[in-house]
Amino acid sequence: MKKLDSLLPLLVGLLFLTAWEISVRWLKVPLFVLPPPSAIVTSLIEDFPSLLGSLFFTLEITIGAFLLASFAGVLLACLFAHSRLAERALMPYAIILQVTPVVAIAPLIILWVGLDNAWAALFILATLVAFFPVLSSSLLGFRSVDYGLRNLFRLYGATRWQIFTRLELPSALPFMLSGMKVAGGLALIGAIVAEFVAGSGTATGLAWRIVEAGNRLNMPRMFAALLLLSAMGILLHVGLSTLENLALRHWHESKLRRDS
Amino acid sequence: MLDSAGADVKPIVLDRISKRFANGFVALEDFSLTLRPGEFVSLIGPSGCGKSTVLSLVAGLSEPSAGSIAWPDGGRDQIGFVFQEPTLMPWATIRDNVALPLSLAGKAATVDDALAKVGLAGFADAYPRQLSGGMKMRASIARAMAMRPSLLLLDEPFAALDEITRFDLIEQLLALWQEQRFSVLFVTHSITESVFMSQRVVVMAPRPGRVTAEVRIDEPAPRQPEFRSRPSYAAWCGELLDALRHAKAATS
Repeated sequence: MKKLDSLLPLLVGLLFLTAWEISVRWLKVPLFVLPPPSAIVTSLIEDFPSLLGSLFFTLEITIGAFLLASFAGVLLACLFAHSRLAERALMPYAIILQVTPVVAIAPLIILWVGLDNAWAALFILATLVAFFPVLSSSLLGFRSVDYGLRNLFRLYGATRWQIFTRLELPSALPFMLSGMKVAGGLALIGAIVAEFVAGSGTATGLAWRIVEAGNRLNMPRMFAALLLLSAMGILLHVGLSTLENLALRHWHESKLRRDS
Repeated sequence: MLDSAGADVKPIVLDRISKRFANGFVALEDFSLTLRPGEFVSLIGPSGCGKSTVLSLVAGLSEPSAGSIAWPDGGRDQIGFVFQEPTLMPWATIRDNVALPLSLAGKAATVDDALAKVGLAGFADAYPRQLSGGMKMRASIARAMAMRPSLLLLDEPFAALDEITRFDLIEQLLALWQEQRFSVLFVTHSITESVFMSQRVVVMAPRPGRVTAEVRIDEPAPRQPEFRSRPSYAAWCGELLDALRHAKAATS
């Protein structure tokens, strides 16, 4: 049963690709409208060296932005959790950043850091997009510390640092990780969208390869770039899920397997 | 005051303590209690009579609005506290949970002995979620005992347990008390528990929380399970029930 569970999506994918290949060939759909999977694979192999460079460019921005957003989000959540004043003063601005679409501020940021600094602009934009879920989840986490445990730590004379590292951080950890899982996906979206906006010649990530291939009606390459992009997204998600599993598997309800 | 060895031992004295919360609610008014070393005292009364408030004041988790608490050595004693809930850290093993008070104080800790005493030997590396409610409570008691407290505060620790588990735990706790002779302040809803365990039962009434009666359970220690089926046990329970009725009449 378990084997079938993991084989099922593979089987569906294979069926879908076969149907795609057959119908495109049979209906003689032009290559620039919808290329068959075989053409996409060929393009992926042929263009692999140059696509790989773009992949690394985008991956670097995504991971960098994700790390910075996670770090800053947790840090700010920690500050807000300990100081109502800081939260009152700064939270509205965090929300404004969150609700303003990144596409709208992208031209501004790009202008500010300079067109030849596209990398920095993309990095900033991706970080801005990924930052908020970490902040709000972590803040909820810091606020969810069990009252009884807090009393216990006080009773035994725990220092503030002990309370932070041994009570607040572990309590908030599941929330942080859940926020980071969202942030991983958002960082990638941010990196891609920002590159779309940044436009020609400035950046060499996967997003630009997609635009470029589209302009040249090179659909197989466009699909190949798309394929790499979603592979990257999947990898990011799997990586973060694994991290979450490792950190929580012993104790958290969400990782509990119950016999029903 | 003299203990069994004839040495001079001072009690913990709560002197006319009041606790008024910020919203104006008077949880406790003019509450006085003298707790002799090694004494087992129960606080019993209806919900809202301030008995849990007494514990948190004694533990230093909140400050009295009026009155004072005098400690024998000037400073607060080493306290163990067992809450209503097991209050274990879900991310830590039973070993780490029980060792928490020691490790917070920077002491190297072996807790195997403490675990064995509450019947949890072999569960040191388990996580709380793998244990039953009764076992979690045992771990919580082991943690309270880890620092070898001179005063143990119990806030209805058995309320959520089934009767068999409860009797088991009560006997283990009494055995620990017999062996180490710490003082106990035991908050409970249960007449039978308080009669079975304590040397003295303080009856409280709510609005405002205060003492209305005190019953000395004059039975030899250690108490055996057979005590529960003796006529004197029933008589003590009856006397306490009366006292609680009076407390209720005084309120309404």
